[in-house]
Amino acid sequence: MIKKWFKSGDPFIWLNASAVSISIIVVVGLLMVIAVKGLSHFWPAQIIQAELVNETGRTTLVGEIVDTSEVPVQRLIDSGIDIKTDKEVIERSLIKVGNRDVLGSDFRWVIFPENTSIIYPEELTVIERREWGNFYGYLLGISKNGQPLKTNKPLWQQLEQLIDEANQLHDKIRDIEKHEIGGINYELEQLRLKKRRLELDGVTDKSAYKLIESEKRALNDLYNQQKNALVKLYAEATTYTVSAKIMSGQTVTIPLAKIVRAYQPNRLNVFQKISIYFSRLAEFVFDEPREANTEGGIFPAIFGTVLMVILMAILVTPCGVITAIYLREYAKQGFVTRLIRIAVNNLAGVPSIVYGIFGLGFFIYFIGSEIDQIFYPEALPAPTFGTPGLLWSSLTLAILTVPVVIVATEEGLSRIPKALREGSLALGATKAETLWRIIIPMATPAMMTGMILAIARAAGEVAPLMLVGVVKLAPSLPLDGSLPFLHLERKFMHLGFHIYDVGFQSPNVEAARPLVYATSFLLVLVIVILNLSAIWIRNHLREKYRHLDS
Amino acid sequence: MKNNTDTAASHFSRTRIRSLKDKLTAFNMAAGGIGVIVAIMLIFFYLLYIVYPLFKDASVSKTSQYSLSSEYGNTLHLAIEEQNKIAVQYTDRGYAVFFDAQNGKQIKTVKLFNSKASVSSFKLSTQVNNTVAFGLSNGHAVIVRHQFKISYPDDKIHIEPEIIFPAGKQPLIVDKNKKALLDISYQQDEDKASIVAITDDGRLVMSLLEKEEAGLLDEEDEQSSAEYSQSEISLPQIQDARYVLMDPLQRTLYVATIKGQTTVIDTSDLENIKVIQSINLLKAQQTLTHLSFLTGGISLLVGNNEGEIAQWFPVNKNNIPQLTFIRKFKPQQGAINDIETEQRRKGFISVSDAGQITIFNATAQRDVASVMLANTNLQHAALSPRADLLLTASNQQISAWHIENEHPEMSWSILWEKVWYESYSEPEYIWQSSSADNDFEPKYSFMPLAFGTLKAAFYAMLFAIPLALMGAIYTAYFMAPKMRTFVKPTIEIMEALPTVILGFLAGLWLAPFMEEHLVGVFSLLLIMPIGILAFAFGWQKLPKKYRLLIPEGWQAALLIPVVVFLAWLSLSVSTQMEVVFFGGDIKHWLKATLGLNFDQRNSLVVGVAMGIAVIPTIFSIAEDAIFSVPKHLTFGSLALGATPWQTLTRVVILTASPGIFSAIMIGMGRAVGETMIVLMATGNTPVMDLSIFQGMRTLSANIAVEMPEAEVASTHYRILFLAALVLFLFTFVFNTAAELIRQRLRSKYSSL
Repeated sequence: MIKKWFKSGDPFIWLNASAVSISIIVVVGLLMVIAVKGLSHFWPAQIIQAELVNETGRTTLVGEIVDTSEVPVQRLIDSGIDIKTDKEVIERSLIKVGNRDVLGSDFRWVIFPENTSIIYPEELTVIERREWGNFYGYLLGISKNGQPLKTNKPLWQQLEQLIDEANQLHDKIRDIEKHEIGGINYELEQLRLKKRRLELDGVTDKSAYKLIESEKRALNDLYNQQKNALVKLYAEATTYTVSAKIMSGQTVTIPLAKIVRAYQPNRLNVFQKISIYFSRLAEFVFDEPREANTEGGIFPAIFGTVLMVILMAILVTPCGVITAIYLREYAKQGFVTRLIRIAVNNLAGVPSIVYGIFGLGFFIYFIGSEIDQIFYPEALPAPTFGTPGLLWSSLTLAILTVPVVIVATEEGLSRIPKALREGSLALGATKAETLWRIIIPMATPAMMTGMILAIARAAGEVAPLMLVGVVKLAPSLPLDGSLPFLHLERKFMHLGFHIYDVGFQSPNVEAARPLVYATSFLLVLVIVILNLSAIWIRNHLREKYRHLDS
Repeated sequence: MKNNTDTAASHFSRTRIRSLKDKLTAFNMAAGGIGVIVAIMLIFFYLLYIVYPLFKDASVSKTSQYSLSSEYGNTLHLAIEEQNKIAVQYTDRGYAVFFDAQNGKQIKTVKLFNSKASVSSFKLSTQVNNTVAFGLSNGHAVIVRHQFKISYPDDKIHIEPEIIFPAGKQPLIVDKNKKALLDISYQQDEDKASIVAITDDGRLVMSLLEKEEAGLLDEEDEQSSAEYSQSEISLPQIQDARYVLMDPLQRTLYVATIKGQTTVIDTSDLENIKVIQSINLLKAQQTLTHLSFLTGGISLLVGNNEGEIAQWFPVNKNNIPQLTFIRKFKPQQGAINDIETEQRRKGFISVSDAGQITIFNATAQRDVASVMLANTNLQHAALSPRADLLLTASNQQISAWHIENEHPEMSWSILWEKVWYESYSEPEYIWQSSSADNDFEPKYSFMPLAFGTLKAAFYAMLFAIPLALMGAIYTAYFMAPKMRTFVKPTIEIMEALPTVILGFLAGLWLAPFMEEHLVGVFSLLLIMPIGILAFAFGWQKLPKKYRLLIPEGWQAALLIPVVVFLAWLSLSVSTQMEVVFFGGDIKHWLKATLGLNFDQRNSLVVGVAMGIAVIPTIFSIAEDAIFSVPKHLTFGSLALGATPWQTLTRVVILTASPGIFSAIMIGMGRAVGETMIVLMATGNTPVMDLSIFQGMRTLSANIAVEMPEAEVASTHYRILFLAALVLFLFTFVFNTAAELIRQRLRSKYSSL
């Protein structure tokens, strides 16, 4: 009977069906893994406390359970871990113990003996710090200038209030350092270049130099003012310290200025947890990275990606559309156009790294260094455009995505019924008028689709950017308050590269991993939305022309 | 009337403006369109433009000729300084003559020793430290070094040549019997120096100079007052010895006769000096005319009277280094008089007594340029440190040559064939592009990279083709239309997923996961099909009442929970199975039983991750091809009584096969060029190993890793461009072929 069943071919149909199921599970599963791992990171997890007893004595373990898995005992023995158990499979947990400054590393694998009691004391505190990662432990007290702070408020309330103040202070300091002093430094650099330029041009007129000198003095004065303000703020920031006890019983002192946030997760109710969740999420999206990108936010990466993609769209859309119109409306249809069409189509399949190496060689080393020679001789030998930067990244990606725009626009143009063109021409309109009044308005959705697909492709592309402009940490955004506002020559941060860099080049991968998941989730979200909207526009467009055809 | 003419005139001018606008638009569109197309094509030509110099031959052109004064004697050796401005001539009367390298104008002359004896032998120690040794007719030796002090008075470069004596100004007594030294070799390092010589009565003598206090033997200030102790070392005697050569590490001594019989003596332990090998470097009847080291002091270059040059170096056999023949170079006309090695590359220049000058590269086994000067006996050659100026000497006649030789280390055999590199025991394919020091022999074999690229693509296709094609067949032919409208976009969304995310998941999540559940992953291959078939059979056996609840064409939806369950099942029993079948540690088992090493980031991980990246590409194109098979063909087949499965295999797939083939080719093209996934999911080591548990390095990942460090316009830089060009052409050819197949298929369908 089974033989007959096989002969009918049914089992093969089922097997084919299973391929579809597997593919769908893979897609959905991947998205779910990213979403769950990325979004759960911001949730304040419970902190455990456990007493571990072994030959060397009792140790207390405080931390977050990050992962648990079952492993064969033999494998642990092979990797050099000494275990005495009669079981063949054992469960082990990855605990985030934090306190990197004292314990050396944030994470440790622990095998809990069977009778370990795990408790969740409400007083356990998590302190997120600007340096050394998280603190886990018990709060002891607050000191002011080294003396215990006398206050009638409860300790916790006092701390929360002080942290708020410290954060405001921190914002102020950062504002001065980044914007005020950063701006002054930029202007000083411009003045230096201006002077060098005058020297290069052979200007001997003393007054020009004097003018620069006086401007420079004014800026220096301003700089000193800001610096004094900064010194004062820094002094203020060192007033308060928090003393606390970690799991090994050691007491640590944490300057209040180094605290981002403190909470006692075991005490919080759901609403308080949600509030912390969103505060951490907001920090992730709107703040700058710290600790070699493994903590804090990714705002510069989001900003860089968006700006680069916008520039690219501005470059690519007109080029792609004009080429498509030329190919479809003006060029003589024949062997050559067919060949060009195939070539353009295939360029979409050329590996992106090839575009990257082309961009590096042609744009940066060839055109960029020419530009430097002609327009920026004063900055040489430091390159201005002869080094990877925003402009070259956008240009490289524009070349990479131009086939996408051409193909999509051409498809849109080919869908426009011939009758419409002929009607317009028959009424006496010139070809240009037909193009402007009839064809381009009708093909706009197709161009939009092309542009969105190009953006979606560009936003996720990393390999070429590694050669032509992204960096792991950009000192300043490519858009700021100093003239000319948009700095095309600057290097920038990028979401995709951020994922690669933090996930693979960072010294503390385990600690950075949740952030990488979160970054991935953000990137996937953006790209899926862009693609879905392109699909939606395309379908909408088809409906519209179906109506016209009839 | 007037009105009418007005309108006519304005009408006329409007028409003109309109037609002008029309032409302008047409022109702009054409210009823009052609411009963009040209810009795109530029990529190809730019890559070619960068790569082309790699395959260009070198050029040699004479820039000047002059003769040096003969009052100081005949030339023994020439050398040029870094700036190509000043050269030095060592003469057989014991002078060092510094002269302008371009016109021969004398700058400074130094008498090197005050002795009645004449110079009987001479040898360069190593080029890098510009040290030479003179052997005298009374058994003495003088060690001399020239150097150039560069200063910038008034922003102008000034080069001051000078001579120093690293082993003291007084001639050293090398042979106590005071016999003339026929050949001499000198080497030194920070704390000791060796002088080895052959006397004219055929004895081999060696002196060791040892540093007594700080500040000897090296550095300019101590020159002649250096304090050292000289001791004599006794060496085994070799009959008819004529040539002697000490390696820069002072560990090995090569002694050769005029017939080419060479004895290798191990001098690394001076208490226990022993002969380790005796071998003839030449054929019978040939005589040895030149013996010297290639840069780095490992390889010997052997020149003979018939114009042949061969490279030999020690190769470890059973832990004993054996001097081995490596390769020979294009024969020259006339005896080889001098071989001058480049200081920063494994290249050299030979001059012959028939007047032939040839530039070679040793690793590439390539002669990059050759010049023939009839009726000139060329005796000496000197290359500048940057290898762009060559001086050749024929008696007092000096010719200066400009050399344009950017990329001699490149040849077809370097890229694609096995090459025997220094210190390797056999010819191998190796990619190892950079190192800090000049003696390094760059290894530019594309084979490991091409192998890695194809290996990654192969495992990806192994995973992707079955899933994508089976999925495409089902979606196009069996699936209910309603479900299809949902399935197709879902899988196509996957195509838009950035590969950096797939790579990150593969490297940081999938790789450790697979390592943990390796047994489960492999058992999936078995459990999955069996479980699905069992479920299908069971479903078939269900009473019709339940079976018909799910309409035809929704099997895939029905199978989703089944697949999830089966996956969960095989992964959750993974650990138990590992304990039962593999003693609790599969990696250990693999190593012990199959001899396989396990990398966490291996081909399996890459295969799955890259497979996921190419599934949507293959799926989407194949599905289109199958779906657009004309319906009347399938209806005809069904009407004749074929089952749906028979119709599919005999009619639909056959008709759509070119489309399916082109889908696979495009998928392959994508897998070959993918960068981020491979970069993140493998260890990026350029190994050639087919094992699924090992990583690889691909061409594209290699570009991403090495490009930022490559120096512009260097050989390394151009080779990376060559890699890009190879990738470009490969994918372009694949995609074009696939596109042509698809277009033919489309016209075939429309005619059916």
